[in-house]
Amino acid sequence: MVVGEQKPLEEILKMIEPFDRLIIAGCKGCVAVCAAGGEREVRFLASAVRTARKAQGREIEIREVTLERQCDPEYVEQIRGFVYDYQAILSLACGVGVQYLAEHYGRIPALPGINTTFVGGAEKQGVWSEKCQCCGNCVLHLTGGICPITRCSKSLLNGPCGGSSNGRCEIDPQVTCGWQLILERLKELEQMDRYLEIIPPKDWSQSRDGGPRKIIREDLLR
Amino acid sequence: MSKFKTNSRLERVLKSGYFAVTGECGPPRGADPEAIREKGELLKGCVDAVNVTDCQTAVVRMSSLASCLILKEMGFDPVLQIVARDRNRIAIQSDILGAAALGINNLLCLTGDHQKAGDHPQAKNVFDLDSIQMLAMVKRMRDEGKLLNGEDLTRRPQLFIGAAENPFADPFEIRHIRLAKKVAAGADFVQTQCIFNIPKFKEWMKRVVDIGLHEKVFILAGITPLKSVGMARYLKTMVPGMDVPDELIERLKGVPKEKQGEEGVKIAIEMIEEIREIPGVHGIHLMAIEWEEKVREIVEGAGLLPRPQV
Repeated sequence: MVVGEQKPLEEILKMIEPFDRLIIAGCKGCVAVCAAGGEREVRFLASAVRTARKAQGREIEIREVTLERQCDPEYVEQIRGFVYDYQAILSLACGVGVQYLAEHYGRIPALPGINTTFVGGAEKQGVWSEKCQCCGNCVLHLTGGICPITRCSKSLLNGPCGGSSNGRCEIDPQVTCGWQLILERLKELEQMDRYLEIIPPKDWSQSRDGGPRKIIREDLLR
Repeated sequence: MSKFKTNSRLERVLKSGYFAVTGECGPPRGADPEAIREKGELLKGCVDAVNVTDCQTAVVRMSSLASCLILKEMGFDPVLQIVARDRNRIAIQSDILGAAALGINNLLCLTGDHQKAGDHPQAKNVFDLDSIQMLAMVKRMRDEGKLLNGEDLTRRPQLFIGAAENPFADPFEIRHIRLAKKVAAGADFVQTQCIFNIPKFKEWMKRVVDIGLHEKVFILAGITPLKSVGMARYLKTMVPGMDVPDELIERLKGVPKEKQGEEGVKIAIEMIEEIREIPGVHGIHLMAIEWEEKVREIVEGAGLLPRPQV
């Protein structure tokens, strides 16, 4: 899923400073699962903003709404009935959602209430970590199911650099060396011979380096 | 390894069977060519080639290529270091052609330290290629006259190609295999990370020799003289992949502070003597970090002067 983290309240207050009528729009997708922008977070943030603005002597009218998904035109349309009664939308969805709102409601500014951080998953309650960089050309079958692009700080494809120490990455002792994990896993899978092969330079054109990406599925077009 | 592939002095020294000595010059944080020349003066006559670091530890320095050229003008055979951190395949190939055109004969392909610990942690990194892919790319440019995309070069860069390896990084059991990958990719010589833990280095070398790598690549053992207990502790705790045994720190602690540098030089000389006896080692790479004035004393003390005229 897409994992995000709410922006600091001060930053949000500064962003919405010009406005007195605001929609705070959550999303029931990924950001609800990672507790950054679901119904609950919309409620808490709206309450915090009202309190802060009240303290400033400038009350604000907030409409709380949480869409099924903000990355789908069908759901984004659901606020059309009242969106123009407000001056801005603060989206608690990922960057995709903010852009959908911006594209759909031209005159109304769409503001990001969270920082979209990565594609990953939950490690345990309250802890999420990055697993995928969406490079567009998956090599997990070569690397024991552990992503070198994401898990190695340098995205190396041919093994751990000289900074790997006791299974830790040179950037931070809290970060596990991705290649240590890959090699352990290859050993477990009895695929250590894979490590002998030189993986050639990656074709990054299928990654973001090739420009904004798009998938067109002819079979699904109507 | 019969005939010479390049005009590299280092290649001649190694292929003529001499025990090679390479040095290191870290460029300054500034546009001052004199800083390079001063370091060069201290290394003159002591080394067969001199490596010029490429923004080492991800700190901005004068470019390696520019510094190499200053050293070349002084009569050195510089080793251009290129890290994968800051350049993509377009820039690296371009720099390689430029370096070869300017008469640089040696290239060391490195991954590069992550920028997080450097002086611009906000920077975007590149890592388009890794060091192994870079080695293969350079070898193909030199031996087949082709760019990475398969297109022909009008003239091939004649470069003696180097790699680095850290025998002290983890996991230990794949470190010699990683070297094998670098050799398969195209490394003619390898310079190791600074060695302080000799038993571990011997174990690594044994594995290297067991798979016959010493017959395919020239191995230069990395030596860094310790200036003080403080430096030893810093390397041990702050520099990832550095293995400084406690006995070494204790030995330095055993002498008065003003004598620690002298002791460090003594240790370096003893290490060179011991490393020279290890089968498969073809030379040393002396990295006297901001302590170039001790290079002559160390090389002389280890009986490695004068350097061969090849």
